[in-house]
Amino acid sequence: MSATTVFGLCAAAVMGLGLYGLITNPGPLRKILAFNLLGSGVFLLFGVVARRGAAAGFGGDPVPQALVITGIVVAFSATALAIALLLRLFRVNGSATLRANAPGSAGTEPTGG
Amino acid sequence: MPYLVPDLHAVTTTNGFLLALSLVVPVVGVLLAFFAGGRHVERIAFATMPLGFAIAAAILVALWRTHGSLVYLLGGWAPPLGVALRADGLSAVMMMTTAMVICAVGVFAYADFRTLGGEARAPLAFWILLLAIWGALNTVFLGGDLFTLYVALELLTFAAVPLVCLDGRAETLQAALRYLLFALFGSALFLVGVTLLYGAYGTLDIVLLSHRINAEPATLIAAALMTAGLLAKTALFPLHLWLPPAHAGAPAAASAVLSALVVKGSFFLVVRLWFDVMPGLPGFAATQLLAALGAAAIVFGSVVALRQERLKLLIAYSTLAQIGYLFLMFPLAFGSGSAQLENSGALTAGILQAVSHATAKAAMFMAAGLIYTALGHDRITGLAGVGRVLPMSVIAFALSGLALIGLPPSGVYLAKGLLLQAAIESEQWWWEVVIQAGAFFTSGYVLLVLAHALAPADAPITLRVPISRIREAAALTLALCSLLLGLVPWGTYLSVPAGTLSNPLALEAMLSALWPIMGGGVLAILLGRWGHRLARVPLREVVIAAIGPARRAALTFGKMFERADGALRQWPAAGLSLMVVAIMFGAAMLMGR
Repeated sequence: MSATTVFGLCAAAVMGLGLYGLITNPGPLRKILAFNLLGSGVFLLFGVVARRGAAAGFGGDPVPQALVITGIVVAFSATALAIALLLRLFRVNGSATLRANAPGSAGTEPTGG
Repeated sequence: MPYLVPDLHAVTTTNGFLLALSLVVPVVGVLLAFFAGGRHVERIAFATMPLGFAIAAAILVALWRTHGSLVYLLGGWAPPLGVALRADGLSAVMMMTTAMVICAVGVFAYADFRTLGGEARAPLAFWILLLAIWGALNTVFLGGDLFTLYVALELLTFAAVPLVCLDGRAETLQAALRYLLFALFGSALFLVGVTLLYGAYGTLDIVLLSHRINAEPATLIAAALMTAGLLAKTALFPLHLWLPPAHAGAPAAASAVLSALVVKGSFFLVVRLWFDVMPGLPGFAATQLLAALGAAAIVFGSVVALRQERLKLLIAYSTLAQIGYLFLMFPLAFGSGSAQLENSGALTAGILQAVSHATAKAAMFMAAGLIYTALGHDRITGLAGVGRVLPMSVIAFALSGLALIGLPPSGVYLAKGLLLQAAIESEQWWWEVVIQAGAFFTSGYVLLVLAHALAPADAPITLRVPISRIREAAALTLALCSLLLGLVPWGTYLSVPAGTLSNPLALEAMLSALWPIMGGGVLAILLGRWGHRLARVPLREVVIAAIGPARRAALTFGKMFERADGALRQWPAAGLSLMVVAIMFGAAMLMGR
């Protein structure tokens, strides 16, 4: 098994964990963390792609690396926006849950779960 | 028209600079507004709007004169290394629609978001976000490679989410957070697909990809993931958990932009992906699945809309149904005899529906917003007498409703004709049924609202705030635009099969629109909420005895849909449906290989 395959499988596993967390975890903060995990898996996959495309004598294909950096910036801003919303919701509501029609009924910490 | 670039060596075309300008102008507006501070923000926004509108118009003219597509290479670097902006007929039409809706919303929002000399947070945020949405949408329409489109899609979401919670109430904050998290879920899936495509073909440029792509499993999985991700952002049934609270809770001007434009961004990317990146790949089964989800959205969204108590929620659910219509064109776009999605009348119909819905739905939300401001509530059963005190708003609502039903010469009427013709040519009679039945559902909820709004008031209504004529005129203008869209010569920008359309002003065309209206009336009577209005009907006992059993059955049916809606809008259910949709698309595409 080559190194790229191992890293590819790792990327798949990390994405799987992220997906699982995003769907099953009720707490918004954990969902945000799960989204970041999912994103990390995708970035790792980009790295694998860059390495695989490097057969032509380069150390690595530079384009996916540039894309990963942009992707990280996007994921960072997404996380910042989500956290800002979450904090504001916690301040207004006293709790932060995503369950519809249940304002202020569950949890007293920002994770709500 | 598709990208008419036969060779792969892209060069910047003569008027290509317009494309860069259309991205730069809103972004410069955002930055200026950000730095020049609160007091000048609406002045900056109102200076940007005519400029952006003029650029969209100039792109339309330039396209008409070149009969091809406009290309701009950023920094002069050609793909695959560089990034190209491309405008074809589809993007030009969508850009013009965006410019029109944004300008109308700007005029409408002026009264709500005035800074009044001092600095205020909500106006500053609103105007900046409005311009940001414009810039992001133009990038979505012009972006020539998939990664640029991913970034544009994220920008669009980041600009749209804060618009939901401008008033800072707990419900709207919660709606915004749900929207953001689900949209991020969708865009992560899109990005996985992008990675797989780059890994397989070494480029993300749409034109280059379309020449290299073939039906390998990795490509099909990428396509399925990207489609599912985009559908989550478009809120196609059953992935709609975020849409009703977000669109109904936002301020009226924001709802208009969100419902009219933001969901069209991700819809446009589905079109790009299926028609331009991989026209030969999706296969018959996958297009049938996509349209089946659309048909389910029509039935589901309309029935739940009819059961709503609040006007804004009704309109939000009607958006859900209207999104369904947009996806009916995919199976009909298979060229006769070929296994490839073609740029035909069906695609034109889809884009026409998107444009009609954008203008009509913005007008509807504006009218609903004015009614809410004037009455202090928007309970549908409490609307009696509004027709007398706010005639222009109610007319705007009625006209946009008629445009969505497909009264000639509206854009939906034209689209319906094109879709029916494509369905007959490709022998898919079941979509004919769906297309015809769709209009019944639409007229159902439009008539329900109008019946309440036009009823005589129980007590004289006093308006809480006087409503300015200019705001009503903005809504009315967009509604009229939507109603007259069928008269625009679309053939210049979209492919319209010759000699297919009868004169939209002919009497028969008008009469054919009466059937759905009558059918919609029956639906509204059976399913709608009537409050104490039924007690006023002459010969009440007779009427109730006549329709009672049917209404009871319909109401049970409606309650079932409402319960299903509640279940589907739980997060775990929605997350699972997203995965199931992705897997189903993957299976359908692999089968069709």
